[in-house]
Amino acid sequence: MEPLIMATEKADLRVSIGSLALQNPVMTASGTFGYGREFEDFVKLRGLGAVVVKGISLAPRAGNPPPRIVETACGMLNAIGLENTGVDRFISDKMPYLAALGVPVLVNILGDSVEEYRQLAGRLAGIPGIGAIEVNISCPNVKKGGVAFGTDPQMAAAVTAAVKGCSQVPVIVKLSPNVTDITVVARAVEEAGADAVSLINTLIGMAIDLRSRRPRLANVIGGLSGPAIKPVALRMVYQVARAVAIPVIGIGGIATAEDAMEFMLAGATAVQVGTANFVNPGACDEVIAGIAAYVTEQKMGSVRELIGALRVC
Amino acid sequence: MSQFQQKVELICFEALTEDIVRLTFNAPKIAAMARPGQFVMVQTSPGKDPLLRRPFSIHQVIRDGHLQILFKVLGKGTELLAQVRVGEQLSLLGPLGNGFTPGSPETACLVGGGMGIAPLLFLATRFLSKSSAAEVSPKMPMVILGARNRAELEPLVDDFRKVGVDVLAATDDGSFGHHGLVTDVLTKSNLPPGFGIYCCGPHPMMAAIARLCQQESRACQVSVETVMACGMGACLGCAVPLKAGGYAHVCSDGPIFEAEKLLWSL
Repeated sequence: MEPLIMATEKADLRVSIGSLALQNPVMTASGTFGYGREFEDFVKLRGLGAVVVKGISLAPRAGNPPPRIVETACGMLNAIGLENTGVDRFISDKMPYLAALGVPVLVNILGDSVEEYRQLAGRLAGIPGIGAIEVNISCPNVKKGGVAFGTDPQMAAAVTAAVKGCSQVPVIVKLSPNVTDITVVARAVEEAGADAVSLINTLIGMAIDLRSRRPRLANVIGGLSGPAIKPVALRMVYQVARAVAIPVIGIGGIATAEDAMEFMLAGATAVQVGTANFVNPGACDEVIAGIAAYVTEQKMGSVRELIGALRVC
Repeated sequence: MSQFQQKVELICFEALTEDIVRLTFNAPKIAAMARPGQFVMVQTSPGKDPLLRRPFSIHQVIRDGHLQILFKVLGKGTELLAQVRVGEQLSLLGPLGNGFTPGSPETACLVGGGMGIAPLLFLATRFLSKSSAAEVSPKMPMVILGARNRAELEPLVDDFRKVGVDVLAATDDGSFGHHGLVTDVLTKSNLPPGFGIYCCGPHPMMAAIARLCQQESRACQVSVETVMACGMGACLGCAVPLKAGGYAHVCSDGPIFEAEKLLWSL
């Protein structure tokens, strides 16, 4: 075993998202990794490509009434309701620990209006340890009748430009899959200045309890995640990677190194592990080790050789 | 490190009834850290369906790093767990949650219903180990247990009696002990002021006990069960409403709560 371990340590796993250099392409997906510390007993936090934290809003949010989650075939639905500590407590209580890890922290932000996103980006500007902002545009725009920012290319572009205008770090826009053509939104945010896109957020779904004839979630509908959504996510990453020039971060049902590398072949520069963290809190370690082993076995100079290397014909 | 993800071997399988199962795992790391009232997340199968682990309160920690869970077969996850054979390995995550805050054994009353009895055996044995009145019989704490019928309750009552505590029993059908609810037994017992309740059971039972304790200004700790994905404060799926407004999370703020802090619905 030992020669293999020595060899895998040498595998070049470095990737870049715009100006942000990562030691490997494996990040945690927002909302599945708390604020990082929850996982310190289970995963080598310092070995991660990046930590993406639970979505942050200007004011604290209590979240939705229970039940908030329900298991479905090979996946789960959630309607957490964006519960979070608010940006001030995030900066004072959570950021010092995260900054000390020495890996980039990607702060996922969410708001009800373009102005809220702008203010959030302003509050986070200049905080040490923050490697990039990830903009969650799957939230409803309160001023536009609750239509999700991510389903309207113009609104998505407006949010992107607003955040970009007050950020010194790369701005990643997390795309919603609940659209007719995700490449339209991807191109809109690219034109508005996004440094990268991450996709996919959860697919809207629902589950019903026949016995009580009630929805299984108090919110009635929720976001589907887990292995069930991986084929959809792969397809969308493939399409978006061909439609934009900026880096793409693949998300959706990734639980193993094989899953991660399939996303890279489809065009992703990096990946995020999400729901798998709930089942196996050490999942990211295994994904990173598996990628390193593959790069070594295949005698590849770098993991970057995988990006977009899908053989279509 | 205080929490572990461990592959553990099933070393004993007991079917207490047709659908109530007790599993004993060799889980030394988790067992060494476990306190009564804490729980473990168990992976029911290595596949992707069912995807999520299932939470189980720790039923007992016995010598040599052995840890037990007790459950009734109710769905896909517990069906799979009931098929695990001795010698096979499963992934356990734990110990998770806060655990009970045990007061004096001399003023403790444990009230359990159905599978909610599971964590109380661990608590009772912990109370006994620090009881100053170990020579006195029946030993403290006081224990009231209820279930649907004799078949479901008697094996569990025997476990408590084996470790040396007396049990007041109640069954829905009257086949064992009092014919009725554990709340009837509790009311009739005229529990002296100053006794604290440690309670785990179905929601309506805990709500009734919580109301009773509130009327008597009695301290009451309840063990709350919800669905949860991670068990470690990440998914935020296990929210329960608080009386003061907002939510607490069963996995990270609980599963043990002071009953008066929660918003009970009947």
